[in-house]
Amino acid sequence: MFIEELSLINFKNFEQAEMKFSPDLNCFIGNNGAGKTNLMDAIYYLSFCKSFLNPVDLQNIRHDEEFFVVQGKYQRQGNEEHIYCGLKKGNKKHFKRNKKEYKKLSEHIGLLPLIVITPSDIDLIMGGSEERRRFIDTVISLYNQHYLDSLIKYNRALLQRNNLLKQFASTNSFHAENLEIWDDQLVHYAEVIHRERKIYIEKFLPVFQNYYNLISGGNEIIGLEHQSHLYDGDFAGQLQRSRQRDRILQFTTVGIHKDDIEFRLGDFPIKKLGSQGQKKTFLVALKLAQYNFVKEISGITPILLLDDIFDKLDKHRVEEIVKLVANDHFGQIFITDTNREHLDQIISRVNAEYRIFTIDNGVVVS
Amino acid sequence: MNIEHFPSRLLENAVNEFAKLPGIGRKTALRLVLHLLRQDQREVEIFGNTMIQMKNEIRHCKVCHNISDNDICNICANPSRISSIVCVVENIKDVMSIENTHQFNGLYHVLGGIISPMDGIGPSDIEVESLVGRVSRGEIEEVILALSTTMEGDTTNFFIFKKLKDLPVKITTLARGVSIGDELEYTDEITLGRSIVNRQNFEDSLGR
Repeated sequence: MFIEELSLINFKNFEQAEMKFSPDLNCFIGNNGAGKTNLMDAIYYLSFCKSFLNPVDLQNIRHDEEFFVVQGKYQRQGNEEHIYCGLKKGNKKHFKRNKKEYKKLSEHIGLLPLIVITPSDIDLIMGGSEERRRFIDTVISLYNQHYLDSLIKYNRALLQRNNLLKQFASTNSFHAENLEIWDDQLVHYAEVIHRERKIYIEKFLPVFQNYYNLISGGNEIIGLEHQSHLYDGDFAGQLQRSRQRDRILQFTTVGIHKDDIEFRLGDFPIKKLGSQGQKKTFLVALKLAQYNFVKEISGITPILLLDDIFDKLDKHRVEEIVKLVANDHFGQIFITDTNREHLDQIISRVNAEYRIFTIDNGVVVS
Repeated sequence: MNIEHFPSRLLENAVNEFAKLPGIGRKTALRLVLHLLRQDQREVEIFGNTMIQMKNEIRHCKVCHNISDNDICNICANPSRISSIVCVVENIKDVMSIENTHQFNGLYHVLGGIISPMDGIGPSDIEVESLVGRVSRGEIEEVILALSTTMEGDTTNFFIFKKLKDLPVKITTLARGVSIGDELEYTDEITLGRSIVNRQNFEDSLGR
Protein backbone atom coordinates (compact mmCIF):
# COMPACT_ATOMS: atom_id res chain seq x y z
CA MET A 1 0.00 0.00 0.00
CA PHE A 2 1.34 3.47 -0.77
CA ILE A 3 0.35 7.10 -1.11
CA GLU A 4 0.72 8.42 -4.65
CA GLU A 5 -0.30 12.02 -4.27
CA LEU A 6 -0.79 14.42 -1.41
CA SER A 7 -2.40 17.81 -1.54
CA LEU A 8 -2.61 20.33 1.28
CA ILE A 9 -4.44 23.59 1.75
CA ASN A 10 -3.79 25.71 4.86
CA PHE A 11 -2.39 22.77 6.78
CA LYS A 12 -0.01 24.01 9.46
CA ASN A 13 2.66 26.15 7.78
CA PHE A 14 1.69 25.10 4.26
CA GLU A 15 -0.59 27.44 2.36
CA GLN A 16 -0.82 25.08 -0.54
CA ALA A 17 1.19 22.10 -1.68
CA GLU A 18 0.83 19.25 -4.11
CA MET A 19 3.24 16.37 -4.22
CA LYS A 20 3.65 13.14 -6.14
CA PHE A 21 5.49 10.43 -4.25
CA SER A 22 7.62 7.48 -5.12
CA PRO A 23 6.14 4.14 -4.04
CA ASP A 24 9.50 3.33 -2.46
CA LEU A 25 11.54 6.08 -0.88
CA ASN A 26 10.74 9.75 -0.29
CA CYS A 27 12.99 12.23 1.49
CA PHE A 28 12.14 15.64 2.88
CA ILE A 29 15.14 17.92 3.33
CA GLY A 30 15.06 21.33 4.90
CA ASN A 31 16.15 23.48 7.80
CA ASN A 32 14.57 23.50 11.23
CA GLY A 33 11.03 24.80 11.14
CA ALA A 34 10.75 24.45 7.36
CA GLY A 35 7.81 22.05 7.62
CA LYS A 36 9.31 18.61 6.98
CA THR A 37 7.58 17.01 9.93
CA ASN A 38 4.32 18.77 9.10
CA LEU A 39 4.28 16.91 5.79
CA MET A 40 4.74 13.66 7.71
CA ASP A 41 1.92 14.73 9.97
CA ALA A 42 -0.38 15.30 7.00
CA ILE A 43 0.24 11.71 5.86
CA TYR A 44 -0.31 10.47 9.41
CA TYR A 45 -3.54 12.46 9.55
CA LEU A 46 -4.95 10.62 6.55
CA SER A 47 -4.35 7.29 8.29
CA PHE A 48 -5.40 8.11 11.85
CA CYS A 49 -7.74 11.12 11.46
CA LYS A 50 -5.56 13.10 13.85
CA SER A 51 -2.14 14.64 14.21
CA PHE A 52 0.70 12.89 15.99
CA LEU A 53 2.10 16.23 17.05
CA ASN A 54 -0.86 18.27 18.17
CA PRO A 55 -4.06 16.73 19.50
CA VAL A 56 -5.96 20.02 19.13
CA ASP A 57 -7.39 19.83 15.61
CA LEU A 58 -8.04 23.55 15.26
CA GLN A 59 -4.40 24.36 15.87
CA ASN A 60 -3.49 22.44 12.74
CA ILE A 61 -5.14 25.13 10.63
CA ARG A 62 -2.65 27.65 9.21
CA HIS A 63 -2.54 30.90 11.18
CA ASP A 64 -5.31 33.37 10.34
CA GLU A 65 -7.10 30.90 8.07
CA GLU A 66 -10.55 29.41 8.49
CA PHE A 67 -10.05 25.82 7.35
CA PHE A 68 -7.63 23.18 6.19
CA VAL A 69 -7.94 20.38 3.65
CA VAL A 70 -5.66 17.36 3.34
CA GLN A 71 -6.21 14.93 0.49
CA GLY A 72 -4.40 11.81 -0.51
CA LYS A 73 -4.54 9.39 -3.40
CA TYR A 74 -3.51 5.86 -2.42
CA GLN A 75 -2.91 2.56 -4.15
CA ARG A 76 -4.24 -0.15 -1.90
CA GLN A 77 -4.68 -3.82 -2.82
CA GLY A 78 -4.91 -2.91 -6.50
CA ASN A 79 -7.49 -0.18 -5.96
CA GLU A 80 -7.24 3.57 -5.99
CA GLU A 81 -8.42 5.20 -2.79
CA HIS A 82 -9.12 8.90 -2.45
CA ILE A 83 -9.08 10.12 1.12
CA TYR A 84 -10.28 13.59 2.01
CA CYS A 85 -10.03 15.33 5.34
CA GLY A 86 -11.38 18.81 5.88
CA LEU A 87 -11.80 20.92 8.97
CA LYS A 88 -13.42 24.32 9.15
CA LYS A 89 -13.51 26.41 12.31
CA GLY A 90 -16.81 25.90 14.11
CA ASN A 91 -17.64 22.73 12.14
CA LYS A 92 -16.91 19.11 12.77
CA LYS A 93 -14.14 17.31 10.98
CA HIS A 94 -15.12 15.77 7.65
CA PHE A 95 -13.50 12.57 6.55
CA LYS A 96 -14.30 10.98 3.22
CA ARG A 97 -13.21 7.85 1.41
CA ASN A 98 -13.82 8.03 -2.33
CA LYS A 99 -16.18 10.98 -1.80
CA LYS A 100 -18.28 9.08 0.70
CA GLU A 101 -18.28 10.53 4.17
CA TYR A 102 -17.58 8.27 7.16
CA LYS A 103 -20.22 8.14 9.85
CA LYS A 104 -17.63 7.34 12.47
CA LEU A 105 -13.92 8.12 12.20
CA SER A 106 -13.17 4.77 13.82
CA GLU A 107 -14.38 3.07 10.63
CA HIS A 108 -11.45 4.59 8.78
CA ILE A 109 -8.65 3.77 11.19
CA GLY A 110 -6.87 0.61 10.08
CA LEU A 111 -7.63 1.06 6.38
CA LEU A 112 -4.24 2.65 5.71
CA PRO A 113 -1.80 1.18 8.24
CA LEU A 114 1.14 3.39 9.08
CA ILE A 115 3.97 3.39 11.59
CA VAL A 116 5.76 6.56 12.56
CA ILE A 117 9.10 6.77 14.33
CA THR A 118 9.54 10.20 15.83
CA PRO A 119 11.68 11.85 18.53
CA SER A 120 8.62 12.07 20.80
CA ASP A 121 8.59 8.26 21.02
CA ILE A 122 10.98 8.78 23.90
CA ASP A 123 7.84 9.20 26.05
CA LEU A 124 7.42 5.44 25.72
CA ILE A 125 10.56 4.99 27.79
CA MET A 126 10.51 8.09 29.95
CA GLY A 127 6.77 8.60 30.35
CA GLY A 128 4.23 6.92 32.61
CA SER A 129 3.07 3.32 32.33
CA GLU A 130 -0.04 4.46 30.46
CA GLU A 131 2.07 5.14 27.34
CA ARG A 132 3.41 1.59 27.37
CA ARG A 133 0.01 0.02 27.95
CA ARG A 134 -1.38 2.01 25.03
CA PHE A 135 1.51 0.85 22.85
CA ILE A 136 0.56 -2.80 23.24
CA ASP A 137 -3.20 -2.26 23.52
CA THR A 138 -3.37 -0.62 20.09
CA VAL A 139 -1.71 -3.56 18.37
CA ILE A 140 -3.66 -6.27 20.19
CA SER A 141 -6.93 -4.44 19.51
CA LEU A 142 -6.07 -4.52 15.81
CA TYR A 143 -6.51 -8.26 15.62
CA ASN A 144 -8.54 -9.07 18.69
CA GLN A 145 -11.92 -7.35 18.94
CA HIS A 146 -12.69 -9.39 22.03
CA TYR A 147 -9.67 -7.87 23.76
CA LEU A 148 -10.80 -4.34 22.97
CA ASP A 149 -14.28 -5.12 24.24
CA SER A 150 -12.89 -6.56 27.48
CA LEU A 151 -10.71 -3.49 27.92
CA ILE A 152 -13.68 -1.15 27.50
CA LYS A 153 -15.77 -3.22 29.93
CA TYR A 154 -12.94 -3.40 32.47
CA ASN A 155 -12.48 0.36 32.39
CA ARG A 156 -16.18 0.89 32.82
CA ALA A 157 -16.34 -1.42 35.85
CA LEU A 158 -13.28 0.33 37.27
CA LEU A 159 -14.95 3.70 36.88
CA GLN A 160 -18.03 2.43 38.70
CA ARG A 161 -15.99 0.86 41.48
CA ASN A 162 -14.00 4.06 42.01
CA ASN A 163 -17.23 6.02 42.10
CA LEU A 164 -18.54 3.70 44.75
CA LEU A 165 -15.38 4.14 46.83
CA LYS A 166 -15.83 7.91 46.66
CA GLN A 167 -19.45 7.50 47.67
CA PHE A 168 -18.43 5.43 50.69
CA ALA A 169 -16.00 8.15 51.71
CA SER A 170 -18.46 11.01 51.30
CA THR A 171 -21.29 9.27 53.14
CA ASN A 172 -18.98 7.66 55.64
CA SER A 173 -20.48 4.25 54.97
CA PHE A 174 -19.32 0.91 53.65
CA HIS A 175 -21.04 -2.10 52.10
CA ALA A 176 -18.68 -4.93 51.31
CA GLU A 177 -21.31 -6.62 49.19
CA ASN A 178 -21.77 -3.60 46.92
CA LEU A 179 -18.05 -3.48 46.28
CA GLU A 180 -17.81 -7.21 45.59
CA ILE A 181 -20.22 -6.93 42.67
CA TRP A 182 -17.67 -4.77 40.87
CA ASP A 183 -14.76 -6.93 42.01
CA ASP A 184 -16.38 -9.87 40.23
CA GLN A 185 -16.56 -7.93 36.97
CA LEU A 186 -12.99 -6.67 37.24
CA VAL A 187 -11.69 -10.18 37.91
CA HIS A 188 -13.54 -11.58 34.91
CA TYR A 189 -12.25 -9.07 32.36
CA ALA A 190 -8.79 -8.69 33.91
CA GLU A 191 -8.07 -12.35 33.22
CA VAL A 192 -8.78 -11.99 29.50
CA ILE A 193 -6.70 -8.82 29.24
CA HIS A 194 -3.82 -10.20 31.26
CA ARG A 195 -3.64 -13.39 29.22
CA GLU A 196 -3.64 -11.57 25.88
CA ARG A 197 -1.00 -9.08 26.99
CA LYS A 198 1.23 -11.89 28.18
CA ILE A 199 0.87 -13.82 24.94
CA TYR A 200 1.52 -10.73 22.84
CA ILE A 201 4.64 -9.67 24.74
CA GLU A 202 6.07 -13.17 24.46
CA LYS A 203 5.50 -13.18 20.70
CA PHE A 204 6.82 -9.65 20.33
CA LEU A 205 10.11 -10.04 22.22
CA PRO A 206 12.09 -12.21 19.77
CA VAL A 207 11.17 -9.98 16.81
CA PHE A 208 12.19 -6.95 18.81
CA GLN A 209 15.45 -8.55 19.96
CA ASN A 210 16.34 -9.36 16.39
CA TYR A 211 15.92 -5.75 15.22
CA TYR A 212 17.82 -4.42 18.21
CA ASN A 213 20.82 -6.62 17.56
CA LEU A 214 20.81 -5.81 13.87
CA ILE A 215 20.98 -2.09 14.59
CA SER A 216 23.39 -2.16 17.53
CA GLY A 217 25.59 -4.81 15.98
CA GLY A 218 26.02 -6.34 19.42
CA ASN A 219 24.60 -9.17 21.42
CA GLU A 220 23.04 -7.24 24.26
CA ILE A 221 20.03 -8.99 25.67
CA ILE A 222 17.02 -6.75 25.85
CA GLY A 223 13.95 -7.46 27.85
CA LEU A 224 10.30 -6.52 28.07
CA GLU A 225 9.18 -7.42 31.52
CA HIS A 226 5.45 -7.47 31.87
CA GLN A 227 4.67 -6.29 35.38
CA SER A 228 1.17 -6.99 36.59
CA HIS A 229 -0.54 -7.58 39.90
CA LEU A 230 -2.03 -10.64 38.29
CA TYR A 231 1.33 -12.41 38.49
CA ASP A 232 1.14 -12.15 42.28
CA GLY A 233 -1.62 -14.73 42.46
CA ASP A 234 -5.36 -14.63 42.89
CA PHE A 235 -6.64 -11.22 41.78
CA ALA A 236 -9.96 -11.50 43.63
CA GLY A 237 -8.05 -12.07 46.88
CA GLN A 238 -5.81 -9.09 46.18
CA LEU A 239 -8.81 -6.85 45.63
CA GLN A 240 -10.17 -8.02 48.93
CA ARG A 241 -6.91 -7.45 50.78
CA SER A 242 -6.43 -3.96 49.36
CA ARG A 243 -9.93 -2.94 50.31
CA GLN A 244 -8.91 -0.81 53.31
CA ARG A 245 -6.27 1.00 51.30
CA ASP A 246 -8.69 1.53 48.40
CA ARG A 247 -11.24 3.04 50.79
CA ILE A 248 -8.72 5.52 52.12
CA LEU A 249 -7.35 6.47 48.71
CA GLN A 250 -10.81 6.35 47.10
CA PHE A 251 -9.65 4.48 44.04
CA THR A 252 -8.76 0.93 43.04
CA THR A 253 -5.08 0.31 43.70
CA VAL A 254 -4.65 -3.15 42.18
CA GLY A 255 -5.52 -4.47 38.74
CA ILE A 256 -4.42 -4.57 35.12
CA HIS A 257 -4.91 -0.80 34.86
CA LYS A 258 -1.64 -0.63 36.79
CA ASP A 259 0.23 -3.00 34.43
CA ASP A 260 3.57 -1.81 33.18
CA ILE A 261 6.23 -3.09 30.85
CA GLU A 262 9.75 -2.56 32.03
CA PHE A 263 12.16 -1.99 29.19
CA ARG A 264 15.46 -3.61 30.02
CA LEU A 265 18.92 -3.56 28.60
CA GLY A 266 20.84 -6.46 30.02
CA ASP A 267 19.87 -6.53 33.67
CA PHE A 268 19.03 -2.86 34.00
CA PRO A 269 16.03 -0.69 33.26
CA ILE A 270 16.89 1.41 30.22
CA LYS A 271 14.91 4.34 31.61
CA LYS A 272 17.51 4.91 34.30
CA LEU A 273 20.73 3.65 32.78
CA GLY A 274 20.52 3.74 29.01
CA SER A 275 22.38 6.39 27.03
CA GLN A 276 20.42 8.59 24.64
CA GLY A 277 21.69 6.59 21.70
CA GLN A 278 20.78 3.28 23.34
CA LYS A 279 17.28 4.56 24.08
CA LYS A 280 16.89 5.70 20.52
CA THR A 281 18.07 2.33 19.21
CA PHE A 282 15.64 0.63 21.57
CA LEU A 283 12.74 2.73 20.31
CA VAL A 284 13.58 2.24 16.65
CA ALA A 285 13.75 -1.53 17.17
CA LEU A 286 10.49 -1.44 19.12
CA LYS A 287 8.71 0.42 16.35
CA LEU A 288 10.14 -1.75 13.59
CA ALA A 289 8.92 -4.82 15.48
CA GLN A 290 5.50 -3.18 15.75
CA TYR A 291 5.63 -2.54 12.01
CA ASN A 292 6.22 -6.24 11.53
CA PHE A 293 3.16 -7.19 13.57
CA VAL A 294 0.86 -4.67 11.94
CA LYS A 295 2.00 -5.88 8.53
CA GLU A 296 1.36 -9.48 9.46
CA ILE A 297 -2.01 -8.87 11.08
CA SER A 298 -3.47 -6.53 8.47
CA GLY A 299 -1.90 -8.27 5.47
CA ILE A 300 -1.05 -4.84 4.11
CA THR A 301 2.43 -3.31 3.98
CA PRO A 302 2.19 -0.19 6.13
CA ILE A 303 3.69 3.18 5.25
CA LEU A 304 6.77 3.95 7.36
CA LEU A 305 7.49 7.51 8.51
CA LEU A 306 10.99 8.10 9.86
CA ASP A 307 11.07 11.53 11.41
CA ASP A 308 14.53 12.75 12.37
CA ILE A 309 15.55 9.18 13.04
CA PHE A 310 19.34 9.57 12.77
CA ASP A 311 19.70 12.17 15.47
CA LYS A 312 21.79 10.95 18.45
CA LEU A 313 22.91 7.75 16.73
CA ASP A 314 26.48 6.87 15.91
CA LYS A 315 27.64 6.31 12.35
CA HIS A 316 27.55 2.56 12.67
CA ARG A 317 23.95 2.42 13.88
CA VAL A 318 22.80 4.86 11.24
CA GLU A 319 24.29 2.61 8.63
CA GLU A 320 22.59 -0.46 10.04
CA ILE A 321 19.19 1.24 10.09
CA VAL A 322 19.74 2.32 6.51
CA LYS A 323 20.57 -1.25 5.55
CA LEU A 324 17.52 -2.53 7.36
CA VAL A 325 14.90 -0.28 5.89
CA ALA A 326 16.43 -0.54 2.42
CA ASN A 327 15.36 -4.16 2.57
CA ASP A 328 12.23 -4.76 0.53
CA HIS A 329 10.40 -6.03 3.61
CA PHE A 330 9.43 -2.41 4.15
CA GLY A 331 7.15 -0.72 1.65
CA GLN A 332 6.87 2.99 1.12
CA ILE A 333 9.17 5.03 3.34
CA PHE A 334 9.31 8.72 4.18
CA ILE A 335 12.41 10.22 5.78
CA THR A 336 13.08 13.70 7.09
CA ASP A 337 16.55 15.04 7.71
CA THR A 338 18.44 18.29 7.77
CA ASN A 339 21.49 16.48 6.53
CA ARG A 340 21.87 15.58 2.89
CA GLU A 341 24.73 13.22 3.69
CA HIS A 342 22.55 10.65 5.44
CA LEU A 343 20.10 10.64 2.62
CA ASP A 344 22.70 10.20 -0.06
CA GLN A 345 24.04 7.28 1.89
CA ILE A 346 20.62 5.65 1.95
CA ILE A 347 19.96 6.32 -1.69
CA SER A 348 23.26 4.79 -2.70
CA ARG A 349 22.13 1.53 -1.11
CA VAL A 350 18.59 1.39 -2.32
CA ASN A 351 17.97 0.05 -5.75
CA ALA A 352 14.50 1.42 -5.70
CA GLU A 353 12.97 4.54 -7.08
CA TYR A 354 13.36 7.61 -4.88
CA ARG A 355 12.33 11.24 -4.74
CA ILE A 356 13.86 14.08 -2.79
CA PHE A 357 11.83 17.11 -1.80
CA THR A 358 13.43 20.27 -0.53
CA ILE A 359 11.20 22.11 1.90
CA ASP A 360 11.68 25.77 2.66
CA ASN A 361 9.42 27.69 5.00
CA GLY A 362 6.18 25.97 4.16
CA VAL A 363 6.91 25.64 0.45
CA VAL A 364 7.93 22.52 -1.43
CA VAL A 365 10.78 23.87 -3.54
CA SER A 366 11.65 20.82 -5.58
CA MET B 1 -27.28 33.65 26.84
CA ASN B 2 -30.13 36.12 26.63
CA ILE B 3 -31.87 36.96 29.83
CA GLU B 4 -35.55 36.50 29.14
CA HIS B 5 -37.95 39.22 30.16
CA PHE B 6 -41.37 37.87 30.98
CA PRO B 7 -44.23 40.32 31.26
CA SER B 8 -45.74 38.21 34.01
CA ARG B 9 -44.31 36.40 36.97
CA LEU B 10 -47.05 33.75 36.70
CA LEU B 11 -46.08 33.05 33.13
CA GLU B 12 -42.44 32.76 34.08
CA ASN B 13 -43.22 30.29 36.87
CA ALA B 14 -45.17 28.09 34.48
CA VAL B 15 -42.32 28.16 31.95
CA ASN B 16 -39.85 27.24 34.68
CA GLU B 17 -41.91 24.21 35.65
CA PHE B 18 -42.18 22.91 32.08
CA ALA B 19 -38.50 23.46 31.49
CA LYS B 20 -37.72 21.03 34.32
CA LEU B 21 -39.10 18.18 32.23
CA PRO B 22 -36.62 15.99 30.36
CA GLY B 23 -36.12 17.01 26.75
CA ILE B 24 -37.89 20.36 27.17
CA GLY B 25 -35.88 23.55 26.73
CA ARG B 26 -37.03 27.03 27.63
CA LYS B 27 -38.30 27.87 24.16
CA THR B 28 -40.42 24.76 23.97
CA ALA B 29 -41.60 25.38 27.53
CA LEU B 30 -42.81 28.86 26.56
CA ARG B 31 -44.59 27.49 23.50
CA LEU B 32 -46.40 24.87 25.59
CA VAL B 33 -47.39 27.39 28.25
CA LEU B 34 -48.73 29.86 25.66
CA HIS B 35 -50.66 27.00 24.10
CA LEU B 36 -52.26 26.16 27.45
CA LEU B 37 -53.07 29.80 28.00
CA ARG B 38 -55.11 29.85 24.80
CA GLN B 39 -57.15 26.79 25.81
CA ASP B 40 -60.55 26.78 27.57
CA GLN B 41 -60.45 27.05 31.32
CA ARG B 42 -61.89 23.55 31.57
CA GLU B 43 -59.29 21.96 29.31
CA VAL B 44 -56.50 23.33 31.44
CA GLU B 45 -58.18 22.17 34.64
CA ILE B 46 -58.49 18.66 33.25
CA PHE B 47 -54.81 18.76 32.27
CA GLY B 48 -53.68 19.91 35.70
CA ASN B 49 -55.98 17.59 37.63
CA THR B 50 -54.95 14.60 35.55
CA MET B 51 -51.33 15.19 36.48
CA ILE B 52 -52.13 15.60 40.17
CA GLN B 53 -54.42 12.58 40.22
CA MET B 54 -51.81 10.47 38.43
CA LYS B 55 -49.20 11.34 41.02
CA ASN B 56 -51.53 10.87 43.98
CA GLU B 57 -53.30 7.72 43.00
CA ILE B 58 -50.87 5.72 40.96
CA ARG B 59 -49.55 2.67 42.71
CA HIS B 60 -46.85 0.11 42.27
CA CYS B 61 -47.98 -3.48 41.99
CA LYS B 62 -47.26 -5.25 45.24
CA VAL B 63 -46.05 -8.30 43.41
CA CYS B 64 -43.98 -7.11 40.46
CA HIS B 65 -43.52 -3.36 41.22
CA ASN B 66 -44.87 -2.40 37.85
CA ILE B 67 -46.88 0.82 37.74
CA SER B 68 -50.54 0.05 38.30
CA ASP B 69 -53.94 1.51 39.19
CA ASN B 70 -54.57 -1.17 41.78
CA ASP B 71 -52.60 -2.99 44.43
CA ILE B 72 -52.02 -5.80 41.97
CA CYS B 73 -51.35 -4.90 38.33
CA ASN B 74 -53.36 -6.23 35.40
CA ILE B 75 -50.62 -8.60 34.35
CA CYS B 76 -50.15 -10.18 37.79
CA ALA B 77 -53.92 -10.36 38.28
CA ASN B 78 -54.52 -12.11 34.95
CA PRO B 79 -55.23 -15.80 35.72
CA SER B 80 -54.39 -16.93 32.19
CA ARG B 81 -50.74 -15.88 32.55
CA ILE B 82 -48.15 -18.41 33.66
CA SER B 83 -47.18 -17.35 37.13
CA SER B 84 -44.20 -19.69 37.46
CA ILE B 85 -42.10 -17.78 34.93
CA VAL B 86 -40.86 -14.32 35.87
CA CYS B 87 -39.06 -11.92 33.58
CA VAL B 88 -36.78 -9.43 35.35
CA VAL B 89 -36.62 -6.00 33.68
CA GLU B 90 -35.22 -2.59 34.52
CA ASN B 91 -38.33 -0.44 34.17
CA ILE B 92 -41.87 -0.19 32.89
CA LYS B 93 -40.69 0.76 29.38
CA ASP B 94 -39.09 -2.67 29.11
CA VAL B 95 -42.33 -4.32 30.23
CA MET B 96 -44.11 -2.50 27.43
CA SER B 97 -41.47 -3.55 24.87
CA ILE B 98 -41.71 -7.22 25.82
CA GLU B 99 -45.52 -7.09 25.95
CA ASN B 100 -45.50 -5.70 22.41
CA THR B 101 -43.72 -8.82 21.17
CA HIS B 102 -46.75 -10.96 22.22
CA GLN B 103 -44.26 -13.78 22.80
CA PHE B 104 -44.25 -13.84 26.57
CA ASN B 105 -47.07 -15.06 28.75
CA GLY B 106 -45.43 -15.09 32.16
CA LEU B 107 -45.16 -12.41 34.83
CA TYR B 108 -42.65 -9.61 35.37
CA HIS B 109 -40.46 -8.23 38.08
CA VAL B 110 -39.59 -4.55 37.67
CA LEU B 111 -36.32 -3.58 39.38
CA GLY B 112 -36.81 0.17 39.03
CA GLY B 113 -33.21 0.69 37.92
CA ILE B 114 -29.88 -1.05 37.49
CA ILE B 115 -26.82 -0.92 39.72
CA SER B 116 -24.68 2.09 38.84
CA PRO B 117 -22.69 3.93 41.51
CA MET B 118 -22.11 6.77 39.04
CA ASP B 119 -25.84 7.45 39.10
CA GLY B 120 -26.03 6.82 42.82
CA ILE B 121 -27.91 3.53 42.46
CA GLY B 122 -26.82 0.67 44.69
CA PRO B 123 -28.26 -2.83 45.13
CA SER B 124 -30.53 -1.67 47.96
CA ASP B 125 -32.12 0.97 45.72
CA ILE B 126 -33.59 -1.61 43.37
CA GLU B 127 -36.16 -4.35 43.93
CA VAL B 128 -33.85 -7.33 44.34
CA GLU B 129 -34.80 -8.38 47.88
CA SER B 130 -38.47 -8.61 46.88
CA LEU B 131 -37.46 -10.83 43.94
CA VAL B 132 -35.51 -13.12 46.26
CA GLY B 133 -38.63 -13.17 48.45
CA ARG B 134 -40.85 -14.18 45.53
CA VAL B 135 -38.45 -16.95 44.53
CA SER B 136 -37.92 -18.29 48.04
CA ARG B 137 -41.67 -18.63 48.53
CA GLY B 138 -41.37 -21.31 45.89
CA GLU B 139 -43.89 -19.83 43.46
CA ILE B 140 -41.41 -19.51 40.65
CA GLU B 141 -39.72 -22.11 38.45
CA GLU B 142 -37.83 -19.87 36.04
CA VAL B 143 -36.38 -16.38 36.25
CA ILE B 144 -35.49 -14.72 32.93
CA LEU B 145 -32.92 -11.95 33.27
CA ALA B 146 -33.81 -9.34 30.63
CA LEU B 147 -31.60 -6.32 31.33
CA SER B 148 -29.66 -4.15 28.90
CA THR B 149 -26.39 -5.63 27.64
CA THR B 150 -24.34 -2.82 29.15
CA MET B 151 -21.68 -3.15 31.84
CA GLU B 152 -24.25 -2.05 34.44
CA GLY B 153 -26.89 -4.44 33.11
CA ASP B 154 -24.41 -7.35 33.15
CA THR B 155 -23.34 -6.47 36.68
CA THR B 156 -26.93 -6.34 37.92
CA ASN B 157 -27.66 -9.66 36.20
CA PHE B 158 -24.69 -11.19 37.93
CA PHE B 159 -25.69 -9.75 41.30
CA ILE B 160 -29.18 -11.23 40.99
CA PHE B 161 -27.72 -14.54 39.85
CA LYS B 162 -25.55 -14.71 42.95
CA LYS B 163 -28.58 -14.02 45.14
CA LEU B 164 -30.69 -16.71 43.49
CA LYS B 165 -28.23 -19.43 42.60
CA ASP B 166 -28.75 -21.48 45.77
CA LEU B 167 -32.51 -21.43 45.44
CA PRO B 168 -34.35 -24.11 43.44
CA VAL B 169 -35.01 -21.99 40.37
CA LYS B 170 -33.90 -22.08 36.77
CA ILE B 171 -32.14 -18.85 35.77
CA THR B 172 -32.05 -17.90 32.10
CA THR B 173 -31.14 -14.78 30.16
CA LEU B 174 -32.10 -13.29 26.82
CA ALA B 175 -30.29 -14.80 23.83
CA ARG B 176 -27.69 -12.52 22.29
CA GLY B 177 -26.97 -12.76 18.61
CA VAL B 178 -27.40 -11.55 15.08
CA SER B 179 -30.45 -9.33 14.65
CA ILE B 180 -33.19 -10.51 12.35
CA GLY B 181 -32.85 -8.93 8.90
CA ASP B 182 -29.17 -8.10 9.42
CA GLU B 183 -26.47 -8.97 6.94
CA LEU B 184 -23.60 -10.87 8.49
CA GLU B 185 -20.88 -8.63 7.10
CA TYR B 186 -22.36 -5.67 9.00
CA THR B 187 -22.76 -7.48 12.30
CA ASP B 188 -20.21 -6.43 14.88
CA GLU B 189 -17.55 -9.02 15.65
CA ILE B 190 -18.39 -9.46 19.32
CA THR B 191 -22.02 -10.30 18.60
CA LEU B 192 -21.15 -12.50 15.66
CA GLY B 193 -18.51 -14.33 17.71
CA ARG B 194 -21.03 -14.98 20.40
CA SER B 195 -23.61 -16.16 17.92
CA ILE B 196 -21.16 -18.73 16.60
CA VAL B 197 -20.26 -19.97 20.09
CA ASN B 198 -23.90 -20.11 21.21
CA ARG B 199 -25.26 -21.49 17.94
CA GLN B 200 -28.58 -23.31 18.07
CA ASN B 201 -30.25 -26.29 16.52
CA PHE B 202 -31.61 -25.35 13.13
CA GLU B 203 -35.03 -26.77 13.91
CA ASP B 204 -35.26 -24.62 17.03
CA SER B 205 -34.38 -21.58 14.96
CA LEU B 206 -37.42 -21.98 12.74
CA GLY B 207 -39.48 -20.17 15.36
CA ARG B 208 -43.16 -20.25 15.98
